[in-house]
Order: sequence, then C-alpha cells, then structure tokens
Amino acid sequence: MPLLQYEAPTSLAQARQALAGRSDAKILAGGTDLLVQMRLGLRDPALVVDIKHVPELMEITLGEQGLRLGAAVPGAVVTDHPEIGQLYPGFVEALGLIGSSQIQGRCSAGGNLCNASPAADCVPALIANRATCNIMGPDGERTVAVEAFNTGPASNCLAADEILVSIDLPRPGPRSSDAYLRFIPRTEMDIAVAGAAVALSLDEAGVCIDARVAIGAVAPTALLVPAAADALIGGTLDEDSLNRASAAASEAAAPITDKRGTVEYRKKVVGVLVRRAAGVAKARIEATS
Amino acid sequence: MSINIQTDFKTVGTRPIRPDGPDKVTGRAKYGADLNLSGMLYGHIVRSPHAHAVIKSIDFSAALAMPGVVATMSAEDLPEPGDRILPGAEIEMKLKDISPIIMARGKVLFHSQAVAAVAATSESLAAEAAKRVVVEYEVLPHVLDVHAAMADDAPLVHDDVFTQGIDPAPTRPSNLSADFEMAKGDIEAGFAEADLVIERTYNVPMCHQGYIEPHACVARSDENGKIEIWCCTQGPFMVRNMTAEITGIDLGKIKVTASEIGGGFGGKTTVYVEPVATILACKSGRPVKIVMSRDEVFRASGPVSSAETQVKIGAKKDGTLTAIKTDILMDSGAFSSSPILPATMFAAACYRCDNMHSRGREVLTNKPKAWAYRAPGAPQSIMAVECAVNELAQGLGIDPIDFRLLNAVEEGDVPLFGVPFQSIGLKQSLEAAKNHPNYQAALEQNQGRGVAAAFWINAGLQSSATIHVAEDGSLNVLTGNPDIGGSRASMAMLAAEVLGIPVETVRPSVVDTDSVGYCDTTGGSRTTLATGSAVMKAAGMLREELKHRAAAIWNVDIKEVEWYDGMAVVHSGIGIDELRDELRAGTAGRNPEKVLTMAELAAQAGATGGPLTASASVHAHSAQPSFAVNICDVQVDRDTGKVDILRYTCVQDAGKAVHPAYVEGQMQGGAVQGIGWALNEEYLFNDQGVLENAGFLDYRIPVASDLPMIDTVIVEVPNPLHPFGVRGVGEVPICPPMPAVATAVNRAAGTQLYDLPLSPPKLLAAIEGAGADNEAA
Repeated sequence: MPLLQYEAPTSLAQARQALAGRSDAKILAGGTDLLVQMRLGLRDPALVVDIKHVPELMEITLGEQGLRLGAAVPGAVVTDHPEIGQLYPGFVEALGLIGSSQIQGRCSAGGNLCNASPAADCVPALIANRATCNIMGPDGERTVAVEAFNTGPASNCLAADEILVSIDLPRPGPRSSDAYLRFIPRTEMDIAVAGAAVALSLDEAGVCIDARVAIGAVAPTALLVPAAADALIGGTLDEDSLNRASAAASEAAAPITDKRGTVEYRKKVVGVLVRRAAGVAKARIEATS
Repeated sequence: MSINIQTDFKTVGTRPIRPDGPDKVTGRAKYGADLNLSGMLYGHIVRSPHAHAVIKSIDFSAALAMPGVVATMSAEDLPEPGDRILPGAEIEMKLKDISPIIMARGKVLFHSQAVAAVAATSESLAAEAAKRVVVEYEVLPHVLDVHAAMADDAPLVHDDVFTQGIDPAPTRPSNLSADFEMAKGDIEAGFAEADLVIERTYNVPMCHQGYIEPHACVARSDENGKIEIWCCTQGPFMVRNMTAEITGIDLGKIKVTASEIGGGFGGKTTVYVEPVATILACKSGRPVKIVMSRDEVFRASGPVSSAETQVKIGAKKDGTLTAIKTDILMDSGAFSSSPILPATMFAAACYRCDNMHSRGREVLTNKPKAWAYRAPGAPQSIMAVECAVNELAQGLGIDPIDFRLLNAVEEGDVPLFGVPFQSIGLKQSLEAAKNHPNYQAALEQNQGRGVAAAFWINAGLQSSATIHVAEDGSLNVLTGNPDIGGSRASMAMLAAEVLGIPVETVRPSVVDTDSVGYCDTTGGSRTTLATGSAVMKAAGMLREELKHRAAAIWNVDIKEVEWYDGMAVVHSGIGIDELRDELRAGTAGRNPEKVLTMAELAAQAGATGGPLTASASVHAHSAQPSFAVNICDVQVDRDTGKVDILRYTCVQDAGKAVHPAYVEGQMQGGAVQGIGWALNEEYLFNDQGVLENAGFLDYRIPVASDLPMIDTVIVEVPNPLHPFGVRGVGEVPICPPMPAVATAVNRAAGTQLYDLPLSPPKLLAAIEGAGADNEAA
C-alpha cells in the first residue's frame, strides 16, 4: 500500500526544504480542492505539505500600496474584514461565492488560483484588479501577473518546488470599484458556466477613465479582455459602449461545449455578464461618491 | 363495502413532535454506514469499464496476494437464476434480470455494472485490491438511444427478450421489450368531434432519485449459517427475500435490520450491496461492510426511466374533451424494469373522456437498469398530458382550472385502467387551487403561470404490527416498515387515537424481520394506510383485551365495561352518557371502583392474565387514489435562460391528514423533486455510455435558496374504505410539478419547449428561436 507523507512547516524556509527535489508533492492550503481530488483518485501525491502554519501565507497587510493577501488566508477571513470589501467589493464577492459557509472557512484566494480551474470565481476578479502573485522558489522570489499565472486547466506556472506566498492587489484610485458576476443554473453551490469581473474608474463627469475586464469559464484560463475595457474607456457606460464591451467579451471567449454549457451559450452569456457587471461597478461608484 | 368514517379526532390531525426527530437533528441516529463490528472487513465492488462486453475471465490472484485481502466474489458465487418472478420488489422482475445487477453473469450490459468484489481489512486496502482484479473483456457494440435500439440492426441487449404484448408473438429477439395498448371508445370519432386538437411530443430525461444517503450495509454469518444484515432500505423483508433468492441461502436463516434511512423515493426498494456483503461474509467468516460511493450510486443504482410521449388531445369549443391519445416510449436501461405500465395507464386518469387510447413501449439499452421513483411512471406521462391540456385550454380561451373542472373525473367515472372511482377529491382540489390567493397574483413581464393536476393510484398490500404495553401503561408499537416520511409519528398517533391515550405515551419502532410479522416494503404511499391499519387493528384488539381485564378486576360482565378516553369505565347502574358527564365534570375522578387507567390496568396485568400485547396483520384492499393540483409562477431571464420560481402552490387530497405537517412535507418534497427534474436534473451519457455527471455538482438537484416557500393546501375528502378516511400521500406530489413548471416557463418565455430539463442553454436557444420566428412572421 502506498503511504502518504504529511509535513506542516512553520516557516517559508522549512516549506522550501520540504518541497526541495520532490516532484511527487502537493501543497495543502484549505484542502477544499486537493482533498476532494485525492478522494476522487484524480491526484495521488506521495507528500502533502500543509502551508497553513507559515506566517507569510496567513497574513493580511492593507496599506497605502494596497492589499497583500497571504495565499492561504481563508475566504471567510477576507469576507469578514472591515476594509477589504470596501476597496475590492467585486473580488470579495467572487471569493465569497466559493462553496458553502463551511468551505469558506477553509478555501483561499491563493488556493483557488493555484488549482487553476478555468471556472475559478476569484481569478477574473483578481485580474480585473491588476493583482500580482508573489512566488518563492529555491532561487528566491519572483512576481507574476495573475493573468499569466495559470497556463491551462489544472496547470499553473509554479515549478514543483515553488510556493505561491501572497497576492498583491494595488489600491484602487478615487471613484473606482469593481464587480464580479457568474452564471450558474442554481443560486449557489455550483460552478460557473461563465463569469465576468469588471473594475472601473470614473471621472467626476462619469466618464470611464480606466477599466479592466476579465472573464472566466470561457477559455482554458481566465482571460483579460483589453478590447472590452477599451470599449468602456472614454465613454459614460452608455448603451453603445456596453454593447461593444459585451461583444468584445463574447468574441474573446474561447469556450468548450460540455455538460455545463455549450460554446454558443457561454459566448453569449459571458457578454451579458460583462454588461451587467459593468453596471454593478458603476452603481457602486455612484453610491459611494 | 361501506363503513362508518370517524370525523371527530383527539390525536389524528394534530402536529406532535416526531419521535425520530431529536436523534436525527443531534446526529445520534444510526444510518446504514454507522454500524461497525469487531473484525469487520470492507467490501469493494469491481465495476465494468464498458457499456457492453463479454466477460472472458476474472483473475483475483494479484488482489489475493495483497496482505489483508481476505475474500473475493463474482457471479460464480451465486446460483444460476431462473425465470422465477421475484416477489416483494416494487417493480415485478425475474430473478435472472436482477441477479446480474448484483454480479454480472457472462456479459456486462452497462457501464459500472458490478463484475466482482473483494473484502479486505480496510477501506483503502479493499479499493486498492479491487484495482488489481484483472477482468478480461471482449467489447461488444452498444446502443444507448431508444430509437436506435429499436432499429433492426441494433445491437441486442439481450438475445432472449421478445417483445411482449404483440400478437402473434414475435420470433426474433428485440430491444423493444414491451409494446401494448389500452383503449376505450372510438378515438378517431372523438377527434372528428373536436373543434381544437393539440398534438405534440414531450421528453422527460432519465434522472436519479437523488436520495442523500448512499446504499450501505453490514452482513455477518455465523458457524450455523445464520446471516444477519444491517442495511439502509425501504423494505427489510424485501432484502431478506431478495438476498435469499439471489444467494441461494435459506430465507429462514436471514435476519435483516433496517437502519434509519436518508431518503429512498423508491430507489431503496431493491438490493445492490446486501447479497455481495452476505457472500463475502460467508466466504471470509467475518462481518463485511459495503458503502457505495456517490459515484457508484449515480452510475449503478436505480436511475429513472426517460420517456418520450406523444399526445394528441381534442376538445369541443365549450371545453368538453372528446379524445385523448398518448404514446409513451420509455428507456428501461439494460433490464426490463421500467414503470411503463403505470405510465400508460395513468397518463390521463384525471379526465373523463369517452374516447381514449394509450400505447406503451419499453426499450432496453446499454444503460443502468431503471428503477422505481416516487409514483413510478406517472410523472413522465402526466407531464405530457397536462402540458397538452394547458395548451388546449389556452387555445379555447378557457381558464386552465375551469377547463379541468369541466372534465375532471368524479365518483362513478371509469378511468382507462377500468376500476371505477369511488369518492375522490380532484374537483375539490381544483376548487381549492382556484380560490388560492396565489392563483390571483398579478404577473409582470417575463413571468408566467402554469397549472397541472395529477393522479396516483396508491398501494395497500401486506403489513403487520405488534403492540406491547409496558408496566406503566405506555406502549411500544412495532412495525417492519422503515420510516421514510414520518410514518413512526403516524403509527403512534393511530394507536393513540384508537386507544384514546396521549401520543407521548406511545413509542413507535421499526424492528427487524425476526421481531414482527411480514411487512411489504415502504413504498406505494402505503405505510400509513396499510401498516397503519395493522396498528389500528392491533390497538382495537388491545382495547378489547383491556376491557376484559377491567371486567375481571371489577368482577362484572364485559358488557358493563366501556372504553372511554383511554380508560376502562364501568357503567353498572348508570348509563354511559351520565358516566361521561361525570368523567368530564371530574366527579368520578380516578375512582378505581368505576374507572381504571391504562397505567392501572398495566400494573395489574400479572393478576389478570399476564402481559398485555396484541399483534395484527392486514392485506389492505382499502387503498384509494390521491389527486393533486399545483400552481407554479416563474420568471425567466431572457438574456441567460435562467428560470426563477416565484411562487409555488401545492393542493392535495390527503383523505385525512394524520399528521398534517408531514403531509405538507411530502407535498413540498415532491414539488421540489419535480421542479428539479423539470429545470436541471438529467443523466448525461457520453457516446461510450459513461455517465458524465455522476455527482451532485453536475447532477443539479435544487438547493434551498433556489426555491420560495412552497405553499400547501390539504384537502380532505375521506377515503371511503378507511375508518379514519386516510389515503396515501407520499407519491402524488411529484406528479404535477413538471407540467406546471414547463407551462409556466413557456408562457413566460413565449416558447414551446417541451424537451426537459428546461436548462438555461436550451431555454435561451428556444427564446432566440422564438424571437427569430416572430421577426420572420
């Protein structure tokens, strides 16, 4: 019978040591994906490295520059935080959509990202917020934009001995907000058929001066859609610019037909979600200024 | 037959706390997987990776070489099944059609069919050992689609199945296992009379019962060959019988104890793992536990037949139905076990119509064997007829409830299945629906309303009950029917009602097959009616015995003793009415010269003839049908195809609701299951016959937040054959939701989509199609 080895390092150095030279190891954060995959027989690691005892992975730092979110901080800690939700409401609502209340106590933004599901809810919201990943490896640290982190379904840019330590979200400017919407056939406990995150900055006249649009579950990885953002920038989120942003998102989408939806359906719905998410983000800006 | 129906109750119709509630909400209740015995092994089943293949060889040597692997089995360990019909299962089956579900014989006929099993000292070891069982297959062409299966050159699922119901009997085997018709009147003349005829095809997908608790059991054998099985089932006597038939072990050597049950809905009216655990226990000499995974439950236990139903229905301008024609095609999976018969018989049972014709066809495919699900067969065919009725009423400009009131069956009408209706509550249920405020609620843009009525036959069958009186006068009521819908509460209430005692002094239990007389399975909405009748009969016998004991104590003639309000009273010298007045006034108090309570009689039982017990059994022929009417309001998101249920109203004739809260629970549960089947639930197979959504993530039953509060109205038109008027209530609730939802969605979306489920991609495509049609027009 194969034996499963478990390590729980208490520092980044120890974690690096545990992973050194091991290609058969998996990192365990909340385990809400890994344990399920192991149980289903989809993954069969010989070593599990639990990184919840490494301080850097469990810290929240909110400052002038923005948010540094430890990769293993549970979703519930983020959604309960008094300030994060005000700065990045779309990101927090995306993170809060993952699983049930019980899952929220374990799942993390870092885990959601590393699991590299094309349908991961918080990834488009991170991309829309220009988030970057702080990665620690044997040769030191490196930084990767979230949109470049995942390389395909269930694959990311981490080498076997690298660890995602934290995610940085820059502090949004004035009159800025974001929103994330996903489509599921039910109301909860489901996986996105399509998802869209929109981050906006408006000037005093209501003209969009900055925008980021990211879409999920409609391509092998979550996509940044510059053409959709371009359609919004310079306009007042009027019908015409929303139509163009929606069409750009549908155009950028490269989905598959599977048990959760068809190519045609996903392309259409992701455009609808972009339009609606832009409306929510705009309403949030107007409500707070 | 005519009986007096009681209408004044003390306990029946109240809502006491359910006796099984505290154990369930605290987690103390023991379910199928909760028993652990010392020395216990874990069984794991090896399943077919092919939809259709010959099993050329099975090699256990690598598995047996692993330390801790103790026993193995395959079909070699089971007797050759004959043509014998298996009694006791919810759907009548031949042994040769069920033994291969336990272990495939010679061939596998669907993906994930059980092929072999191993028992080892841990779950993980058993799973690993199962991987090392080498099965050599010769893959055969398979057929998944019912139409393809009926083609002349289709691969045959069985080479010894000949279409039943065709005259003359065919000489070539076929995947069309049954093809039969029922008719009355002159169907063509009926259509000729009609001013409007609707003709349409309706599809209901294969689904799963979706019980939350997977099948689980522990079996052990001893040196005398005595077998004990603990399992999660709707019928411990059925498990005893089927395990005996499948394994060849004498029935008298098997004792079955049913655990608490986490949902069944018909899916636990057969066996999957019990005979396997039994054989492994016999071969190893140790207890063996088998717990199916969710994946196994979806792939290899009772899915529900899909149905394609063509309806042609006609009515005169005034709304009178003139002809109803239905043609139902059901997928039974790899063995003949579909509910095609009830689907065909009951499709239009709500309607009085002189000219009716119904054809039923059952087709075999290389998919898992279909099994019973709540009102087996009726939801599929009623879906088709009710949608057509709604379209017909709309076409004639008549309110759908008025249309149904005009055509509804009532006492004396003879349905297609031939048994005249006695007193029934369809019209009363329709009136209640029409008067419900939800039927008047205003609808906004993109909202729609659907109405549907439905029928279910309800079963009676055999049941037994035993009552023991404890020394303090409290009662144990023992039956053999697992409690899937609050039946223990009903059993306690019925005993309390008959004896006039507080329900809190009655302890109902579901006991093992050695401890009570035979009970048919919990199913067919029969337990409160039939097992309840056995309880009432035993309670009545006990009441007479108690009067005798009181007469002995008082040394008076039995004629001098009455049973009143849970007490024996003697009325020598005064009339019973005066005595009742005295009792009510409290003047008689607890004078033992005149009054003896249950407790006093129990305390003196030793002196008056020994412990107080009563046992009774029935073969209930008192079952009577139930009718239900649902109203559904939905809102459709025209950009995504998403459907939200706004309001949902269930009206049902319960006969007499013994415990109204559990009747409402049945109504709400059935509605939710029907809503799920209408909107999202379906089996998705790939072209190799492999189920692609074998889990609750992608097999989408509704979650609580998907639904509004389901409003309920209980109508009570007493069953004329039951002393309290009780009808079965558990199954009819799932019959009207699909057509109510489908009609509401189509009204809201402006579509004619009758290919369930109405999932968002399908509905959005239909909305866009309807929009394109309108532009073209």
